Amino acid sequence: MTLLRTNPGNRGFSSGSGYALNHKETLIFARNSHTTSMIETDILLIGAGPCGLFTVFEAGLLKLHCHLIDALPQPGGQLTEIYPKKPIYDIPGYPEVLAGDLIEQLMKQAEPFKPGFTLGERAEKVEKSDDGMWLVTTTKGTVHKAPVVAIAGGLGCFEPRKPPIANLDEFEDKGIEYIVRDPNFYKGKRVIISGGGDSALDWSIFLANGIAEEVTLVHRSKSFRGHPDSVQKVIDMSASGKIKLLTESEVIGVSGNGVLNSVKVLHLPEGESEIQTDHWLPLFGLSPKLGPLADWGLSIDKNSIEVNTFDYSTNIPGIYAIGDINTYPGKLKLILCGFHEATLMVQSAFKRIYPDKNYVLKYTTVNGVQGF
Amino acid sequence: MENTVQITVVDREGVEHNLEAPTDMNMNMMELCKSYELPVEGICGGMAMCATCHMYILSDHHLPERSEDEEAMLDQAFFVRNNSRLGCQIKLADSLDGLKVQLAIVGA
Repeated sequence: MTLLRTNPGNRGFSSGSGYALNHKETLIFARNSHTTSMIETDILLIGAGPCGLFTVFEAGLLKLHCHLIDALPQPGGQLTEIYPKKPIYDIPGYPEVLAGDLIEQLMKQAEPFKPGFTLGERAEKVEKSDDGMWLVTTTKGTVHKAPVVAIAGGLGCFEPRKPPIANLDEFEDKGIEYIVRDPNFYKGKRVIISGGGDSALDWSIFLANGIAEEVTLVHRSKSFRGHPDSVQKVIDMSASGKIKLLTESEVIGVSGNGVLNSVKVLHLPEGESEIQTDHWLPLFGLSPKLGPLADWGLSIDKNSIEVNTFDYSTNIPGIYAIGDINTYPGKLKLILCGFHEATLMVQSAFKRIYPDKNYVLKYTTVNGVQGF
Repeated sequence: MENTVQITVVDREGVEHNLEAPTDMNMNMMELCKSYELPVEGICGGMAMCATCHMYILSDHHLPERSEDEEAMLDQAFFVRNNSRLGCQIKLADSLDGLKVQLAIVGA
């Protein structure tokens, strides 16, 4: 088994090269994982949002290396994924900063400490190795090894938003799919698509062009908010009979016998109909979920991980939780509070990793920043 | 009380909650519900980006029109009706005295 540390100079990033290099890194990691390699680091961060990125800096001051896992394909968490152009006004020293710019600055601040990234992979499983280290495996099978795990998962992983229909799970992957993995899967089938955004429009157009036997697009209002070209195309294809368009309508029920065979559609202002179908694709965007972390044995209260505010440790020794994902009396979900939590957490992590070493707090104004 | 209006929130079990809502704290309906610990998540913090504060307006108060962002987010919500709004987009104001809303069922 090959061991890779996260600090070789040629695998760091530079602010100039941006995120593209990180994508490449992920590919390297992913490929290595298939040849049973392992990524080793001091602090393994689950989540590459602002809190995780600032941890790299604070850990670096203590000569601790960090590696970050994130389900999203780029660092920044919700700041880059959801609101990169929104201004933030409560970061000390920044009267106003765009979320995307803050992430860029945090990446730059972390750069001297050469963090490693496993992006586009979700942390799935945690276990203890024989030598008392944590082994964290991702959805793609990449294995990471570290004495300390710090969960900085923010709101959790972004997963498809599911309609509140009672027996929905009965037909998941048996006719109900939230993501189109392979369009040919729908060849010759009757497909109902729900949603009013770009993915609902684009897949309706794509599948109605000679793939599916029948495509019905169900949307709650008369207008669509997708790309104007796509909206026009759907309207044209509806006029020519290639797409069946049901506006001011909503799927409110599903039924079948082992596999989906019909959905119940509510037509506003009133009226219902039952439509026979082979597939239903509810495409309602993504929403954050705690995901597999919920099964790690952590003490959880209302979707957040309970921590001790002394050092933001969880109930599992060696696993910490910082930022929006944790909870404690008086918790405020603010980036600046997450930065504070990260700073205290790495002190505790240092003592855990080097129990015999003494350390005194040093000021960057005195010592500057000495990278790896 | 000065700078306070009365708002009724019907929860998902049909129970009515009569809330005193401050109009001088720059709060919105999502935040009001959270401050009374009603089951409104408000995951995105009020940016019209999650629809977890989807509610129906039951009284005939005149509210400002939905913004583009709010419309787009409602496209990703469920059981959306003509009287659907995102609570985070409704600012508490004197004109809302007597407002009555019902919390919508939120998708998983």
